[in-house]
This record gives sequence, structure tokens and C-alpha cells, in this order.
Amino acid sequence: MKNNKISGAEAIIKCLLEEGVDLIYGYPGGAIMPVYDELYKYKDQLQHVLVRHEQGATHAAQGFARATGKVGVAIATSGPGATNLVTGIADAQIDSTPMVCITGQVGKHLLGSDAFQETDIIGISTPVTKWNYQITEASEIPEIMAKAFYIAKSGRPGPVLIDITKNAQFDELEFSYKKCTSIRSYNPKPTLNLEKVKEAAVLINAAKKPYILFGQGVILSEAEAELKTLVEKSGIPAAWTILGLSALPTAHPLNVGMLGMHGNYGPNVLTNECDVLIALGMRFDDRVTGNLASYAKQAKVIHFEIDAAEIDKNVKTTVAVLADLKESLTALIPLIESKTHESWHNEFKEKYKIELEAVINEELQPKKEGISMGETIEMINKHSKGDAIVVSDVGQHQMFACRYAKFNSTKSNVTSGGLGTMGFALPAAIGAKMGMPNREVVAIIGDGGFQMTIQELGTIFQTKVPVKIVVLNNEFLGMVRQWQQLFFDKRYASTEMTNPNFIAIAEGYYIKAKKVIKREDLDGAVAEMMASKESYFLEVMVEKENNVFPMIPTGASVAEIRLS
Amino acid sequence: MENQTFTISVYSENNVGLLNRISGIFLKRHINILSLNVSESEIENVSRFIIVVNTTEKWVQNIVGQIEKQIEVIKTYYHIDDETIFLENALFKIESSLLFDEREIQNIIKESHSVIVTVARDYFVISISGQRADIEALYKKLKPYGIMQFVRSGRISVSKAKMDISTLLETLK
Repeated sequence: MKNNKISGAEAIIKCLLEEGVDLIYGYPGGAIMPVYDELYKYKDQLQHVLVRHEQGATHAAQGFARATGKVGVAIATSGPGATNLVTGIADAQIDSTPMVCITGQVGKHLLGSDAFQETDIIGISTPVTKWNYQITEASEIPEIMAKAFYIAKSGRPGPVLIDITKNAQFDELEFSYKKCTSIRSYNPKPTLNLEKVKEAAVLINAAKKPYILFGQGVILSEAEAELKTLVEKSGIPAAWTILGLSALPTAHPLNVGMLGMHGNYGPNVLTNECDVLIALGMRFDDRVTGNLASYAKQAKVIHFEIDAAEIDKNVKTTVAVLADLKESLTALIPLIESKTHESWHNEFKEKYKIELEAVINEELQPKKEGISMGETIEMINKHSKGDAIVVSDVGQHQMFACRYAKFNSTKSNVTSGGLGTMGFALPAAIGAKMGMPNREVVAIIGDGGFQMTIQELGTIFQTKVPVKIVVLNNEFLGMVRQWQQLFFDKRYASTEMTNPNFIAIAEGYYIKAKKVIKREDLDGAVAEMMASKESYFLEVMVEKENNVFPMIPTGASVAEIRLS
Repeated sequence: MENQTFTISVYSENNVGLLNRISGIFLKRHINILSLNVSESEIENVSRFIIVVNTTEKWVQNIVGQIEKQIEVIKTYYHIDDETIFLENALFKIESSLLFDEREIQNIIKESHSVIVTVARDYFVISISGQRADIEALYKKLKPYGIMQFVRSGRISVSKAKMDISTLLETLK
């Protein structure tokens, strides 16, 4: 008798292959073992990277997704394996990163019995997933997996978690796969209303001081070329959120810099002086807007956005264009008049001069003895020539990396934005490098965040993935220390770090390592790191109590940004 | 913006876990759900949630946006009381002897337009449908005689204006 049936576990692998997945990150365990057994059989077609902690699997999948634009995949067992994924899932949710997480689950007959390693991961992950589903029958696998990939990638992307009971992995099914192309209750691509585009064009053409703010939506809809055409034709200055960074080359003359709490001076102050604010694929996060009550009140706001729930959520719009950004910008560009807005530009230039003198010069050419984070980033720029993917963690070093790193091409800035997940960068860099093996990937991490996922050095050692790791060590949880200095009378509660010998740790994983203490050694060390064909660990001892400026204090307006 | 009572109507697929996903949206915003009713709707295999909250219109818009964004939600509406026909149901379980010993109870039942659902040897059950005030008035009147059990359902409501789910579903097919 001919039997076309395969096991649920094999079906999962086949679904991944059907979706074009050739790389997944994970950690085995009891409830997912049937799938791992199939991974062993399919290892020539599907590479599994063994991380050292499941959180690392999610961040690696995120790094992969952010650098490639494809869906990242993480896999773990039930119970603690599943709960360890949660931070990465929450991070992917708030940063709109396409990711599919697969978790094993106890057998269907054991559900609700408090079986060994049983946890309600569906209940736990519901608030932080775009969608989740528990498969309890093998026959459900193809359709649900197809839905998972469709949902993760389409519209505003996000994480999907699929929990699969052990019986569904063992049981057999007739396998046939059909990609999901629509779900009746889900409309990922709202129909573009051309009238709204026309209204937007009228406002933009009439504006004296129009101002573009762009976010990750540009990257997610692959509208980088359209953005560039729009700014060049309209002559409108464009500033970015940290997730939008690299969508327009840093050196582009119309790229005026970074928005938000530690963004550039002009882009923040002039938000409250523009007459038309054009928001492209961004969500007016509180770190971008400061106090909403005094945010761009003088301006007419045009919001180009794919997620209807974001429109008017934080900032009231004059015109909302609900659509995929690439489509709406393509429709908008022909309606826009060619202009230069020279005097308006000069206002940005003047503000930049102020920031240069008050902040940037000292950061990049410090008079202080200690090395600054900014000059280290600048040194990386010098050797990367702006072609590297920079993966940053969370804290002061992240703000310096975003402020000072130079980018020539898109999908080059990978960082944890909305969730602010310390420990993100090291595993995310692994994913970014594996996704884009021909690009240089530099992780920039603080001494605090590095120790949150330091075990992933083991993954780097085992896979030989040639990532470059830079730890900017100020022996403090620097960002919190800065707040303690400014707002808590220098009461440095639990922010001082007594650190281990990082070089010994890196070398313990057989990773080439170097420590820089003096400024004169920085250039050579960065050059050596960038030239290395293997992974490389560089620890830079930086000035202990430097602060990131400019800064919009909590509750203050963008116009009240402080230079010191 | 002032707090108001809003009725949120959610049309959705009938899937395990969706209730959790929707209630989480309220939880995240620290908004208390005053009443919740889930049932079948006028369309086969489509569920309808009726959720009553007291909050500002800005929040209700935010919540509706978030609910509608959920993959298995087809469409979400919100209305103020004037825009809907709504009622709640309540059951009162009362000692049977009172029906004969306390003549006034019969009058209360008649005046309140409630019905006696069942009469047993020891107890009888009154059912009433109406607005919250009607139910509360009946409760107050019956309280002095002793209520063995009382239960009130969540609000159910239909909108005065059209909610074009069937047409919407046709276009989605």
C-alpha cells in the first residue's frame, strides 16, 4: 500500500522550505524533539543555528529579518524554551519585524494538566504577537504555517507564534502546501485613496516650510528610491527616526538628521517651526515627539501610514494617506512641484552649526583624556566607509551609534527601538551577518547590555560567523547613570559595573580580542578589526561619565531640547 | 474629553483565543470592561462581541483601532447609548411562599413587565429584560422580601444605523 503521509514534524520542515527559509535559530528540548529529528534529516537544505539561550534565537531572527527584509524564524521547546522567546517577540512586535516563532508544546491530552514543561505560551504571547495559534492536529500544519508567514510579512509586519503540541508533530498527514495570499478578516494592504494623495500634494506644494519625517515604513515597504526622489524633487528637508535610519544615505544633502530625545538639534527644534509636517511610515513615538501637547501645533500634519490604528493615535492629522508607502509615494511624486526651499534649509544648517559647536566637535574630537563613544563610532565610519551594517544595543552607545554612524545603503542600522531591549545586539548581529554574509557587520554594545546575552559568543565561536563586536566600556549602565546625574542628584544607585575581564572571556571562546585604553591605539585596533576575516572582539575603554546630548528631558517639548 | 458610556461591537471569526486577545487590549490600557457579551451574529460562523466601557472618545477610538487590527476581527464599531437599542436580562430567584404570603410581590411583577419563568415548590424565578434602571428598580423593590439569587447579563445591543457586515464579507471573499 502506497503511503503519501508524512509526520507533522516533517511537515513543519517542508513548510519552512516552501516559504524559502534556509536558516533558523533555536534550541532543542523535549516537546520539540520530533522537529529536531527532522532538522537532522534535512540539514542540507535547512541550516539550524544552535544559540545559547532562546532569547538569542529571537534576536538573531530579528537581526536576520531587519538586514534582509525576509521573515526570521526562531524555534524552541515548550515551557521555559517558549517563555525565553517572549522578550524578542515583544521587541519584534513593537519594531514591526517579521518573525515566525515555533514552539513545541506538551501533547494535546496533557494540555491543562500542568505537565512537565507545560506553559500557556499562547496566553503569554497574545499581547506581544501579531497573531498566534496552537496546532493540536497534524493536518492543520500546512495551512497554519502558510498563514503564519503571510501574516508576519504582510501589511505592517510583526511576530507570529505557532505552538505545536507533541502529538501533532508525531501524527501523520497528507502533505500539500499552498501559500496563503489572503485572509477574509485581514486587510494588510489598504486601498490607496488618490483623493487623499491629491490633498497631500496641495498642502505640500503650498508649504513654505515643509518637513519630512521618515520611519521604518520606508524600509519595510522598500520605498527608499521613492523617498529619495521625493526629497530631491520637492527639496524638502528630511529627518529620521532611529528605525528609519539608513533609508536615505547619511551624506545626502537633504538628510538633516535624527529626531527625538537624543536626536539632532535642528530636526527637533524646527519640528515646531515647520508649516507642513509630512510623516512617512512612522508612528510618532513618545521618544520622537517629546510632550505631545506642544508638538508641531503650528503645522498641518500629513501622515502616510499603512496601519489604520496609528493614524490620529498620537498626533492629529490634517490629511491621512492610509496605504503602503511605496504605492502612495509613487502616486504623490508626479503631483509635487520642484522646489529648493533654500532659506528653510539654511535654518537647518544654522541649527547644525550650533549643535556642532556645543556638542558634536567635543564628542568627535574630545579635549578630555578619555576616549569618547562618538569618536569610536567615527573611527568605525572611517574604516567601514559607511558600508557596514551597524547593530547597536540599548543605551548611550546606541544613541551615539545612531547619531554618528554613517550609512550609504538601506537596512544597515539594526537596533532595538521601541522596546529598548538590552542584550539585543550580540545575537542580532549574528542574524544580520548570516543574512547578509557579504556585508561587514559591526555590533556596538555597552558593557551592561553585552553581559545580558554574552553567552551568544558561544554561537559565534561554534558557527564561525565573522561578526565584529565592539564593546564601549564605561563601567557604568551609562544611560541610567546619565539620568541619575541629571534628574536624581547623582545618586548612582546600582549603575556602577564591576566588570570581568572581557578579553579573557572572548578569548575563552577563541575569538580574537583586543582592548583599547589610549586614543592613539584606537585607529590601529579598529583597522585590524575591520580587516579581520574572522570574528573579532574589540573592547574600548571610554570616558566613564560622558553624557549624550542634545537631550529632550521627559515631559519637555521638542523645542526645549537641551544642548548641555 | 469627558468619560462616556460606549458600546463596542466586534464582528469576528469564531476562534479560540480571540477573547483573550481582545480583553488584553483593555487590560493594557487599564480600562475596565463594564459588560461583555459574546454570541453568534446575523452571519453564519461570525461571532459578535458587545463590550461596554466608560471612557473618553479618544480612548474608545484607540481601542477600536487596536481591536480591528487583530487578524481575526472582521469589523469593529462603537456607539453611544443614543445610537443603539440595548438591554440587559436579569433573573431573580425568590422563595415560593412569598408569592402567596406577600400580595405586593404579584403587583411588583406585573408593573415591572417581568415574567415568571418557573415556579417550584420552594422557589420561583422571575426574568426581566430592559435597561439597567428597570432592572435596578425591580431589584430595589424585591430586596425587602429577600432574594435567594440574583444575576444580570451583559448588555446586548443593536445599532440604529446599518452595520454592513454581510456586504463587507462579500467584498472580502
